[in-house]
Amino acid sequence: MLEVKDLVVAYGKVKAVKGISFSVEQGQVVSLLGTNGAGKTTTLRTISGLLRSESGEIWFEGERIDRTPAHKVVMKGLAHSPEGRKIFPRLTVEDNLRLGAFARKDTDGIARDLKRVYDLFEILYERRAQPAGTFSGGEQQMLAIGRAMMSRPRLLMLDEPSMGLSPIMMQRIMSTIRALQSEGVTILLVEQNAAAALKLSDRAYVLEVGQITLDGTGEQLLGDDRVKRAYLGED
Amino acid sequence: MTYYLDQLLNGLSLGSLYALIAVGYTVVYGIVQLINFAHGEIFMIGAFGALSTWIVLSWVTGGSTAWWNLPLMLVGGMIVAVLTAVLMERFAYRPLRNAPRLAPLITAIGISIFLQEFVRLFYGQIPGFPDAKAAIPFPQLEFFTGPAIDVGGLQVHRGNFFVMAALLICWIFLWWFVNRTATGRAMQAVSQDPDTSRLMGIDVDRIIVVAFAVGASLAAVAGLASGLRYGNIDFKMGFLAGLKAFTAAVLGGIGNINGAVVGGLTLGVVEAMATTLIPGQFGGPAWKDVWAFVLLILILVFRPQGLLGAKVVDRA
Ligand SMILES: Nc1ncnc2c1ncn2[C@@H]1O[C@H](COP(=O)(O)OP(=O)(O)OP(=O)(O)O)[C@@H](O)[C@H]1O
Ligand SMILES: [Mg+2]
Repeated sequence: MLEVKDLVVAYGKVKAVKGISFSVEQGQVVSLLGTNGAGKTTTLRTISGLLRSESGEIWFEGERIDRTPAHKVVMKGLAHSPEGRKIFPRLTVEDNLRLGAFARKDTDGIARDLKRVYDLFEILYERRAQPAGTFSGGEQQMLAIGRAMMSRPRLLMLDEPSMGLSPIMMQRIMSTIRALQSEGVTILLVEQNAAAALKLSDRAYVLEVGQITLDGTGEQLLGDDRVKRAYLGED
Repeated sequence: MTYYLDQLLNGLSLGSLYALIAVGYTVVYGIVQLINFAHGEIFMIGAFGALSTWIVLSWVTGGSTAWWNLPLMLVGGMIVAVLTAVLMERFAYRPLRNAPRLAPLITAIGISIFLQEFVRLFYGQIPGFPDAKAAIPFPQLEFFTGPAIDVGGLQVHRGNFFVMAALLICWIFLWWFVNRTATGRAMQAVSQDPDTSRLMGIDVDRIIVVAFAVGASLAAVAGLASGLRYGNIDFKMGFLAGLKAFTAAVLGGIGNINGAVVGGLTLGVVEAMATTLIPGQFGGPAWKDVWAFVLLILILVFRPQGLLGAKVVDRA
């Protein structure tokens, strides 16, 4: 479904992603793990078209998208919920959600998906008329995920959806990801919480200073000594 | 008493004119953080567009000044103003999107001089059009000009009525557009976070064009209103009006649409009242521009975010 080949991305002269290749198959949850500054966010921003790659290729559903402008990538069915949530603080919750569906024209479908998001996160419904900037971090994260769902993506990229959340909220987010997967949405997940991410991943890649150093199924990596030491805090 | 009310009304109508132009500065700034100092020229072009429409119509109507000329002149003025603004964005500002801030500023000055000189030198060359090197009389339409209207003993100039009504209508329309349409929501989103807006599927370039077009439309309304109110237009009219409208936008809080309206009205009233109330040497019309810019300096020193705050652009 998504295929990244020898991707190189640089900020000025500094290469942040140094030729990585990976793929995401239809229906899977795939994780990108790595320490701070490994290049995870840079990779996602390049896939969604916010950054231009220096070389390499990105293919989505058989179509090359590495020169496609960001607003057209969304229309192809690839949504990106950015790091730090990035909700529109002075717009209401409902306006934020409607913006997620900006590229769509099917009014009925939008109304249905709005209901689906509200069913998933009741708090968003209760506070739909409030400015999103007044929300707590967890609520903003729900809004960010809901907003990304509103474009009805076939592939959803989530950049650190559990950042700053309580363990309970964290559980909510993870079960939401599972629910989305069961609805047929493919997920590319970037997470600090490696244990939680690996548990629900079909496949995972470990990124270190711009290069993929390890990959395997979620289970394989959960059992891997190097992963245990570096990301799971075990000896 | 009537005298002061009269002056207040004068101030409000002058302020409405400022407000209509100020919206253009504020909307564009809110979206791209660019002060389009050539916006005053869009106002001037709007007035010339309206005049040109009337001249062309007069070839058929023999110079009728019936009221129904107004909507046609308005549409003509808007088309020319919007076209100029959109071309200006596309060919002058867009290539400089990532350039240092000084570059678009200098470009704006260049565009201003170009547009003024273009009108001054070439307008009269078009067959049937008057020479634009000096002020050109603006058609005085029935109903919108003519004898003042008596409102409870107050004599209200019809041009004043028109400009205040125009501001009210434009303000309501703008509110609806920004808050109730998908494009308006997209404008708010881009002003808060352009990158994330792109992730929503918003074409930021298109939204920037919309911002320029909205500002130009309102400037064209102001151009027409100004022609009706003062009875003539000239190629230099955009300079001082643009500067005043910019002052109004900063006064209200740049980037904030309601701020542009409040700032415009405040500036108009302050000018009118300073002319009336300040006695002796510093009073009178000669000093009104001085007081307007004194107000700008005071705001910049004591409340740089403006009266209502620059709320559309205060993103982290
Ligand atoms: N806008 C930028 N300009 C210059 N360098 C940047 C920029 N953004 C990121 N970098 C650098 O690129 C590298 C990769 O950063 P990136 O944000 O992709 O890492 P990450 O894996 O997402 O880290 P984190 O876990 O902290 O979110 C880092 O060295 C970072 O300093
Ligand atoms: Mg990151």
